[in-house]
Amino acid sequence: MKPASFDYLRPATVADALAALAAGGDDARVIAGGQSLMPMLNMRLVQPRLLIDLSRLEELRSLRTEAGWLTVGAAVTQAEVLARPALAREVPLLAAALPWVGHFQTRNRGTLCGSVAHADPSAETPLCLVASGGEVVLRNAKRRRTVAAADFFLGPLTTVKAADEIVECVRFPLAKPGSGHAFREMSMRHGDFAITACAATVDGHSASLAVGGVADRPTLRSWPLVSGGLPPDLDEALNAFAWDLGGDDDQHATARYRRDLVRRIGRTVLEEALSCRR
Amino acid sequence: MPPLTSQASPPVLAAETRHAVSIVLNGTPRSGHAHPRLLLSDFLRHELGAHGTRVGCEHGVCGACTVRIDGVAVRACLTLAVQADGRRIDTVEGLAAANGGRMTALQEAFRRHHALQCGFCTAGILMSLTDYLGRTPKPTEEELRDMLSGHLCRCTGYAGIVRAVMEVTGQTMKEGGHV
Repeated sequence: MKPASFDYLRPATVADALAALAAGGDDARVIAGGQSLMPMLNMRLVQPRLLIDLSRLEELRSLRTEAGWLTVGAAVTQAEVLARPALAREVPLLAAALPWVGHFQTRNRGTLCGSVAHADPSAETPLCLVASGGEVVLRNAKRRRTVAAADFFLGPLTTVKAADEIVECVRFPLAKPGSGHAFREMSMRHGDFAITACAATVDGHSASLAVGGVADRPTLRSWPLVSGGLPPDLDEALNAFAWDLGGDDDQHATARYRRDLVRRIGRTVLEEALSCRR
Repeated sequence: MPPLTSQASPPVLAAETRHAVSIVLNGTPRSGHAHPRLLLSDFLRHELGAHGTRVGCEHGVCGACTVRIDGVAVRACLTLAVQADGRRIDTVEGLAAANGGRMTALQEAFRRHHALQCGFCTAGILMSLTDYLGRTPKPTEEELRDMLSGHLCRCTGYAGIVRAVMEVTGQTMKEGGHV
């Protein structure tokens, strides 16, 4: 299918992009990798009057560690992050999850920030950002603000980002010594959106599990470790978490199946995270 | 507040106007015109007459339209023609052209192992593999299958594709191994 008509701007600077976005109002959209937005344009689920292309802005190509964070700019592709040699040491959860994001061919163009801005409840990147306590840096023509990932997502395809803001970068905290991380998901085909995705983090004091694909946004829960191990009543705790997440039947799976995946994959990733602590 | 720009932004490309788009297609500079909404896949086929690139689902799932932009395998149906302006685009037509007019070793292996059935998905798969094997010269079967998961072959002709790639990368399949 083909997109409806729109004007197209490839600005020379971020300031120009933000000025055009502010002037365009709700009818303007930004595009970077386009791997979420282009399908929606092709199916005419969105019909902006102005498309602002961020993909060639050098200012948004920053991929660096600084003061305990890995910062990923809006024009950095998923493939570029995955190819970072130190990624498995810096943000091991992201290194584990990124191969599950789409396919080789879409990761070559898709961006981390675009996936976060798109806010699909079953997408891996928002889940990792919430699981690791990351941040989203938003910018409009006048100011810049930083939002904790846990506060950024409001629901399916819905975030606190205003129409005149872009996701300038996302920031993942660097993994702390002694922490362990694991990621697994169930999908119809590797690379498809997850039916249920689980990301676990274990440090010296607590075990955390973030779940995507069940509730309307990635959701995190933590439990204190008991004698250095997972809580003895973990099965009950996971069961309660699964019920609290809600979830509905849809064409891919029943809510009951999703709860079962939370119990089973949740336990698996927590055990993996505990056993791979460094 | 006037924007503080060091260089002037290009003008907005109006929706109803066809704009000049220049690319280097398989090593040859080519140009045509495109409305902003025109997909790169349609630009290649209808504006430049390069019909080797196939159009399947048009929402990024099937992989039939995969081309290389600046060497990197991407979906042509999820890229606008105007976004490709100034870029190097390689399509299936360019494989043999860059090999002295003869099929590449990968294409020959596809032929030997009949790594296709109807052939509709083949162009995209060849373009993905051209990028992928450049980065991963000896993929394991598992890695190869993971990469191929970005392509749908509705004839389910994957077994021959895996055999062809394992051969062309100098690897032998396990005897009686599952393909």
